[in-house]
Amino acid sequence: MIPNVAQLVPTEDNLIGWILQIAWLGFFVVFMFYGQRIQIYVMLREIEGSLRRVKYIKDEGRKDAISTIKELGKPKEDPTARVDRFLEYIAIQPMNMDPTGIVWKLEHILDVRDVRFEDEVKLMAPEADETQIKNLENTLEAALALNYIYKIIRHFYMLGKKTLSLYVIMQLQMVLPLVMREAEAFASALKAFTYGQPIGDGAGALVAAQLMQGHEKKKIAKDIVMATVPFEGRKAYVLKAEGPGGNVGKPGEAIKKILEDNKGKIATIVVIDAALKFEGEKAGDVAEGVGVAIGGPGVEQFKSEETILKYKVPVNAVVIKEDIRDAVSPLRKEIFEAANTAIDRIRRLILERTKEGDAVIIAGIGNTIGIGQ
Amino acid sequence: MGETISETKTPRRISSFFLIIIVVTLALSIVAIFSGVNAYISGDSGTVYPSLLIGVSGLALSAYMLFQTRRRTMQIAIKMQPVTTTIRCRKCGFKNLREFQRGDYIFKEAEECPKCTEKMQIASIYREAKENE
Repeated sequence: MIPNVAQLVPTEDNLIGWILQIAWLGFFVVFMFYGQRIQIYVMLREIEGSLRRVKYIKDEGRKDAISTIKELGKPKEDPTARVDRFLEYIAIQPMNMDPTGIVWKLEHILDVRDVRFEDEVKLMAPEADETQIKNLENTLEAALALNYIYKIIRHFYMLGKKTLSLYVIMQLQMVLPLVMREAEAFASALKAFTYGQPIGDGAGALVAAQLMQGHEKKKIAKDIVMATVPFEGRKAYVLKAEGPGGNVGKPGEAIKKILEDNKGKIATIVVIDAALKFEGEKAGDVAEGVGVAIGGPGVEQFKSEETILKYKVPVNAVVIKEDIRDAVSPLRKEIFEAANTAIDRIRRLILERTKEGDAVIIAGIGNTIGIGQ
Repeated sequence: MGETISETKTPRRISSFFLIIIVVTLALSIVAIFSGVNAYISGDSGTVYPSLLIGVSGLALSAYMLFQTRRRTMQIAIKMQPVTTTIRCRKCGFKNLREFQRGDYIFKEAEECPKCTEKMQIASIYREAKENE
């Protein structure tokens, strides 16, 4: 028998019906006036879960960093306090009200930061060798990034909780999945750095390392090595960051030096780097185009472009696609194999766009951790 | 090197507002079920179905809300997949695969080749990503 809706309406002698009716009305009123507040509480609960998760990841990262420093550096005193101080380290960007010359100011700040980081790590881990120092520096930088992400989420969570502003909380909740992806990527980066494993970002450096195998290398700029390699009848100046320690070097400086040493007589420049892929694209896909494919804060790209423009040298880019997690996680097989595809692309590009006897620059960009030369 | 890290359980404070909602819903649901049973005994078939329907859905809702308050053990996504090091002899092409060890790097000179006693070299270091990555 299908019940009639009219039967839900209470009659005079139906006390329970009255109670139910009042209760449902009560619910209606509560949701009408407090609906937004309930929504805020639900969102805050979700953010709280993510915050606990990031806190856990960050604490694990800190512990890993400390234990690796103890293991590799064999410090006489406990490095925990020094590590904790390091995790609060800040670098202030130069003032951009008058942007003239800002690149050089930024470069100086980054140089000072690098020297400071290296000195700190040397003090924390006195027994570590050069490669281990670079890897520990990278490990601490990943721990610092995780600490920063945690603080940002906590800041907006607490602000939202204090003000009960739907818009503050909603903004945080909307970007949270992306922030969590980044936090998880840094967590796996930290693991890779502690072990000194090659990472996805080193795809460009791997291509250059393969090309310079068996040839004499020399240092031409800060943390950059170069080899002169005969390549399809051309003279190729192949460069990459000096490995196997975690390092990106100053490729812009190196490109500038080679161009000036050759008085601009370079037929073409090929820059190989890892690039972020769009969702739906496959990791390890290779794409090519024009321009200086150098990531990071932009200083090295700017320096390269300045010199390239001065001599009007054609510049080509070959990129290996990967997502943020692949970029900082141990090298994926697909990305490793993509290095051969990238070399084929470089070969075709040079054969098509240069003549026999020409000089070319092949620059492999990226963090060279776990990649020798 | 494969490792999975899981978070430990910690006690959680449940908001009193949330607890009141659960208790009220639970009480009303029980009253509704009781009323349905009473109606059935007294032969009032018209009230049985609506009362039971309201009671059961209220009970399910409060049970769900109560379940949500329990802190779940989360699996943190720091899952390291095994990283493989491939060592290759440049002379005879002999290949040896092993798990990554600290200190390994691509193009590092490795041990002697068991076939031709030439020095081998680390040719590759990579991890095999899962299908859904």
